Amino acid sequence: MPNIIKDQQICDDNWQVWRDAETLPETGGYIVPLALWQSNKDALKALGDVAVFLASDESPKALGADIAEFELIAVDFPKFADGRGFSYGRELREQFAYKGELRAIGDFMRDQLYFLSRCGFNSFALENSDIEESLASFKDFSESYQPSIDQRLPLFRRR
Amino acid sequence: MYTYDHFDRQIVSQRVAQFRDQTLRYLDGKITDEQFLPLRLQNGLYIQRLAPMMRIAVPYGTLNATQLRKLAHITRKYDKGYAHISTRQNVQLNWPKLEEVPDILAELLEVEMHAVQTSGNCIRNTTADQFSGVAADEVEDARPYCEIIRQWSTFHPEFAFLPRKFKIAVCGSESDRAAIMMHDIGLQIVHDADGNTAFKVFVGGGLGRTPVIGSLIHESLEPKHLLTYLEAILRVYNQLGRRDNKFKARIKILVRAMGADTFKAEVEKEWAHIKDGELSLTTDEINRAKSFFVPPNYAALPQQDMQALALESADFARWLQHNTHEHKVSGYRIVTLALKTVGVAPGDITAEQFEAVADLSERYGFGEIRSTHQQNLVLPDVKQADLFALWKELVELEVASPTVGTLNDIICCPGGDFCSLANAKSIPIAEAIQRRFDDIDYVYDLGEIELNISGCMNACGHHHIGNIGILGVDKKGQEFYQVSLGGSQGLDASLGSILGPSFAQTEVPDVIEKVLETYVNLRQPEERFLDTFRRVGIDPFKERAYA
Repeated sequence: MPNIIKDQQICDDNWQVWRDAETLPETGGYIVPLALWQSNKDALKALGDVAVFLASDESPKALGADIAEFELIAVDFPKFADGRGFSYGRELREQFAYKGELRAIGDFMRDQLYFLSRCGFNSFALENSDIEESLASFKDFSESYQPSIDQRLPLFRRR
Repeated sequence: MYTYDHFDRQIVSQRVAQFRDQTLRYLDGKITDEQFLPLRLQNGLYIQRLAPMMRIAVPYGTLNATQLRKLAHITRKYDKGYAHISTRQNVQLNWPKLEEVPDILAELLEVEMHAVQTSGNCIRNTTADQFSGVAADEVEDARPYCEIIRQWSTFHPEFAFLPRKFKIAVCGSESDRAAIMMHDIGLQIVHDADGNTAFKVFVGGGLGRTPVIGSLIHESLEPKHLLTYLEAILRVYNQLGRRDNKFKARIKILVRAMGADTFKAEVEKEWAHIKDGELSLTTDEINRAKSFFVPPNYAALPQQDMQALALESADFARWLQHNTHEHKVSGYRIVTLALKTVGVAPGDITAEQFEAVADLSERYGFGEIRSTHQQNLVLPDVKQADLFALWKELVELEVASPTVGTLNDIICCPGGDFCSLANAKSIPIAEAIQRRFDDIDYVYDLGEIELNISGCMNACGHHHIGNIGILGVDKKGQEFYQVSLGGSQGLDASLGSILGPSFAQTEVPDVIEKVLETYVNLRQPEERFLDTFRRVGIDPFKERAYA
């Protein structure tokens, strides 16, 4: 069972990513593409636990009211340099008031964990770095100028 | 100027530790080259043709004497005893060692400096009018707002991996000395009919291979909305900017593709979610920022008669006319130090010069220095009565070339001698032109001309907005130069028109000479090069250049 980082702890995880946007998985427990979800909502729900992931060109706006249905939403980073997902994280948390698990999947890297968590991500399926060592990166900075999910006030309202 | 509190110091200090760790992991093989690339770029570190190049941030071009002395020390200890002032008011080192960069960052922190976000696809160092706070034509000082933007953009968690680099410039004067129309976002401070401060917001300007003049998308933005509005622009760009082609990834391409009105509508939609939220600026915060930029303790001095001063000597008179500017306080003058010595790369400065300028800034001012996007330095607060004495010292220091704003005040990128992106060398072209036009009376007769040279279409030398622009191009492995005419910065900004087929390196001085002869023949009394070009168009120049 692969380990992930959730709420800054390493833990076991049962979710698997299903990248085929045409075919349904045979069981529940998968994080599926947005398109597969949109065209097979009832069938997927019938399988059991289901989560969805947004590709880097899929805004949370496309999920709309469905957001409330999920306990886990993932954002895929096809390349770590593709920073669209950072905005999607904030949008999900701030505009759609999404309270469930928000997971980064794909090619993001350890040195992005601090910024990702400030944008609302709280779980990380980190593939390309040592997961134990990576925990240190959440503590890269102890203070920031901008508001974020965990600190609603910008520094200038607190200094 | 702004001084750090414990928050600022802690944030920059943790950045140094973070990059030290990243560098060690890279040297250990735990980070790939590809992963290390954005990490080092966002700490100002390029890997260049001959050695790494490191870009140190000079927020909105403001420096103090202590910082200059530290820069002198750094160039001696970690480099070859000189540095370069860039066209974005930053300081560049040409020969640092990768493994020593964390030590350089630690030394910079001691004087409240850093290299944060001086490169990479993030919000870069905010630039401003180099005469902010002292210009006679100033509406309002841009620096407090620049500092507010600096803090907001520093380690912004959402905007560290944008489609492409992002540059913001702020101008608080009637004449735009910050080239705001050529930035991803340009902000112009204005006062409305009731005297309230507001910003005109221009978006989508830029140079590079597709030069574009920015579009006005907000006529009058209240200061309290400054950061929420910037955040909305960035959020739209981060999501919709192209990522499939790095040459089409700047915001200018997005704004042009969508149309400025549609882009503005998207921004307004995003803005509606955050406007009046916690990121709205408070009066306290604006006042806090302003408190760092209150005018220094100026003496009450009478205004001197400049013409009488000029009688000291003919050389001094020339310098006085070209290298000094009107100050907003009576009895003071702004002095520009020309880093344009013939035979030295434009913008280069030695450790000894850094230290000497630091001393001068204390003896002839309040210990403050500015860097300019024309690659010069400025002493902002010189008593008019001290000008002659200062000039004599500047002559000794070889920073008194009386050519600011003339043909020989060439703006030039490092080019193929240093930069791995360049198609062609640029420094030898600058030198060849300076040597050709060494008759100072002829240069003065030509009047106000900006000549800009870029070694490739990334346009670090801002060739598109030079009255005369020179661009290095690669033709089957040979270095050639394309000449354009009629570019200008400022609020009536225009992009240069290409003269025609490119020239070999040795032909360039001849071509420039022909262009200038054409101007001299066609100009009307008092007409600047740019005005003549705008009146007659490119054809007469083309005919003469290719005759």
